[in-house]
Amino acid sequence: MRNVLKAACLALTIPAMSPAVADDSVTTFTLDNGLEAIVIEDRRAPVVVHMLWYDVGAADEPLGKSGIAHFLEHLLFKGTDDMEAGEFSRTVEAQGGTDNAFTSQDYTGYFQRVASDRLGLMMKMEADRMRDIILTEDEVATERQVILEERAQRTDSSPNALFGEMRTAAQYLNHPYGIPIIGWRHEMEGLTREDALAFYRTYYAPNNATLIVAGDVTPEEVRALAEEHYGPLEPTIDLPERTRPSEPPQISARHLEMADERVSNPYVLRTYLAPERDAGDQAEAAALTILAEVLGGSSATSLMGRVLEQEESVALYTSAFYDGVQLDDTTFGLLVMPTPGRSLEEAEADIDRMIDSILENGIDAAQLDRIKTQVRAAEIYGRDSLQGRARTYGVAVTSGLTVQDVADWPRALEAVTEDDILAAARRLFDPARSVTGYLSKPAPATSEADQ
Amino acid sequence: MIRLILALFALMMPLKAMAAVDIQVVTSPGGITAWLVEERSIPFVAMDIRFNGGANEDAPEKRGATYLMMGLLEEGAGERNNQEYAEAAEALATVIEFDANSDTVSVSLQFLTENRDASVNLLRDALLDPTFDPVAVERVREQVLAGLAADARDPEEIAGKTLAGLAFPGHPYGTPIEGSPETVAALSIDDLRQAHARALTRDRVVVGVTGDISAEELGPLLDHLLGDLPTFDGVPVGRADYRLGGGITVVDFPSPQSVVLFGHEGIAFDDPDYFPAALLNQVLGGGGFASRLMTEVREKRGLTYGIGTYLASNDLAEQFLGQFSSSNDKTAEAIALVREEWARMAAEGMTEAELDTAKTYMTGAYPLRFDGNSRIASILAGMQTLGLSPDYIATRNDRVDAVTLDDIKRVAARLLRSDDLHFVVVGQPNDLESGSF
Repeated sequence: MRNVLKAACLALTIPAMSPAVADDSVTTFTLDNGLEAIVIEDRRAPVVVHMLWYDVGAADEPLGKSGIAHFLEHLLFKGTDDMEAGEFSRTVEAQGGTDNAFTSQDYTGYFQRVASDRLGLMMKMEADRMRDIILTEDEVATERQVILEERAQRTDSSPNALFGEMRTAAQYLNHPYGIPIIGWRHEMEGLTREDALAFYRTYYAPNNATLIVAGDVTPEEVRALAEEHYGPLEPTIDLPERTRPSEPPQISARHLEMADERVSNPYVLRTYLAPERDAGDQAEAAALTILAEVLGGSSATSLMGRVLEQEESVALYTSAFYDGVQLDDTTFGLLVMPTPGRSLEEAEADIDRMIDSILENGIDAAQLDRIKTQVRAAEIYGRDSLQGRARTYGVAVTSGLTVQDVADWPRALEAVTEDDILAAARRLFDPARSVTGYLSKPAPATSEADQ
Repeated sequence: MIRLILALFALMMPLKAMAAVDIQVVTSPGGITAWLVEERSIPFVAMDIRFNGGANEDAPEKRGATYLMMGLLEEGAGERNNQEYAEAAEALATVIEFDANSDTVSVSLQFLTENRDASVNLLRDALLDPTFDPVAVERVREQVLAGLAADARDPEEIAGKTLAGLAFPGHPYGTPIEGSPETVAALSIDDLRQAHARALTRDRVVVGVTGDISAEELGPLLDHLLGDLPTFDGVPVGRADYRLGGGITVVDFPSPQSVVLFGHEGIAFDDPDYFPAALLNQVLGGGGFASRLMTEVREKRGLTYGIGTYLASNDLAEQFLGQFSSSNDKTAEAIALVREEWARMAAEGMTEAELDTAKTYMTGAYPLRFDGNSRIASILAGMQTLGLSPDYIATRNDRVDAVTLDDIKRVAARLLRSDDLHFVVVGQPNDLESGSF
């Protein structure tokens, strides 16, 4: 029944645990120009998902140009030396396919889902726009209006999203993760054609990309098509190394409050800076992943759900979340939406109480067993979604992980013990390193008589 | 020149033959029917179970009963309280989801082959013997009320509720299935038990199954899972008359953008003109980035992040709907463009090239839907609620291809009436007021 609060928590969607499968359906190769490729065979239906992932995202933008990575993603659907503006999507659509793209802090990805005998055509077009886009000033000006409308729709119209921007900015003082992917509005308004093209020429290159093909194909077919279409592309010789400013030690707790008249159900959200999954070193991230499940995974059986929602009826909704797939330090979050009549201060005290409780009382062995069972099942269920599998690999390799790390992840989760979880929790839950946000409704207006 | 070659290459290539979707119609010893696609390569099964009737059958003063009831099926059943029930599902890694809609209530079940019997028993308890524990009822009621409070501050929800209320006054389609704060607060456990007995009935169930199971194994499973449900003894709800004329309804909401939901009457799925209408929708606003409305409103002018239309062909009424969001100072211009495009299509229809592209898309996209056990199970159940036969899959693309430009012109004139479009605008749009055109 948690979906009743979906609208209220839209901006807080938590990725499900979906470890990739360690099986022989996954193979890799590298072209001479540096393009990495991953092939995931699944012959159940004559369908293929073709994805191209660039190792560049919003956190790689020049200062003052926030939103340029995402703006460029939009502009890649304009023309090239060989295609008219809009022709890419029209061609995919004429094949019965679907296409889209996405930008995060660490990656920019493009994908199409088509009948498997259309793979060559997709590669031909995707390779074409890797190096040869052509942009007019008019197209750039109109598309800038589109991204401003996108920001208005997704961010400015949503108190959850605005609050998320403010919290994230408070969380990251120095690292560019504190800047929103879509960009700050005042900087978006000034983004130019030249900004987009400079970013494009540097980062859109075969030696900065990973090709992922999933579906009804063989690795040999994919390799032959990739050699033909992507093989001739020139790499960027002076590709910058991917290092970003890191966070200073946090020595004081941060607290922020936001009120918005569109808020219906106030909540408290606490985050802590947390280590991400690192290549060859995923044990801490595995422990934090299980910790999030134990604390706030299921409404009926997690610690926060059971105590705060069910036994004490003090919360409408609780959640704990951690996503370890990021290039740099990530966050661990805890949310409590109190029942009407309870204050946000009380809700924050409930969060602290739950943290203390797990550190003092440890973890129920049966609960840990059930979570491990679900981890194993997720490997089997996860095989059902072609796009989901392709995405798992794409996010991983653009976040500094390898195909082997993806294969090792289920075993890393499997190996987590109660001691591992508690040790990770003790390192994480340092009050001086917390960032706590209150989102609420404005206080009722003072009546005239009072003034 | 490469562009032209590319386009020709694309058009001339025949689509690869459709994957064989081998549907077995399984009738259990006790007389319950399911459609099955066996897929043995992954050791799990996906089931999609739908009961016709749905939230439409709430009495007006009990609006929300079906929705709340479905939310409580997982909150304790048989010998287990809510926590024990959730723990049992987790221990089996069985995924059970309950959902309520206007025309149906639905249950999806996903289980590992090795846990088949235990998973079915667990779901059986929820379907046949839910506890409706008073503490759980109050907790879930509070969640539903919180959801209603959130909806009341959500411009998209406000737009949907406003348009439905104007279009279908006095019919269940005119009010949200979640109910109102007043009706939800007043629901009793007895109301929930009545909704349960009415909504989950064995004579109105359809079942789609895909995965690691044979017809022989499925038959007895169906009887065990569903055979002891009651039969429906109520009176089905009648059709909903569409009562809204053309115009604009502005709902004031503090936001930099306006959410715009618009539409007029639509067309039934079993209407002989449905496929021409579907192609019209595809070209007008149904497709991705290439539709006429996306081109005019987004690509050429940057007035919105996205605009789309769809045929909402439900069991008891049909609408042709569309939606977009636009900054308050651009909303009026975008609405004028939508009306112009609507009128242009009604008067002129589309070009041969547009029709061909739309057909290639619709026929090419269709086989791509049959990808994954869960998706196939859902398609199998959906086809049955529409009253289709299994051979529909093999003939559907022929019906799309048979549509001619004359059909398009005739159906465009019949279906698209720009003066009848009603726009619900939630925001603070400049230069727009409620009223007729």
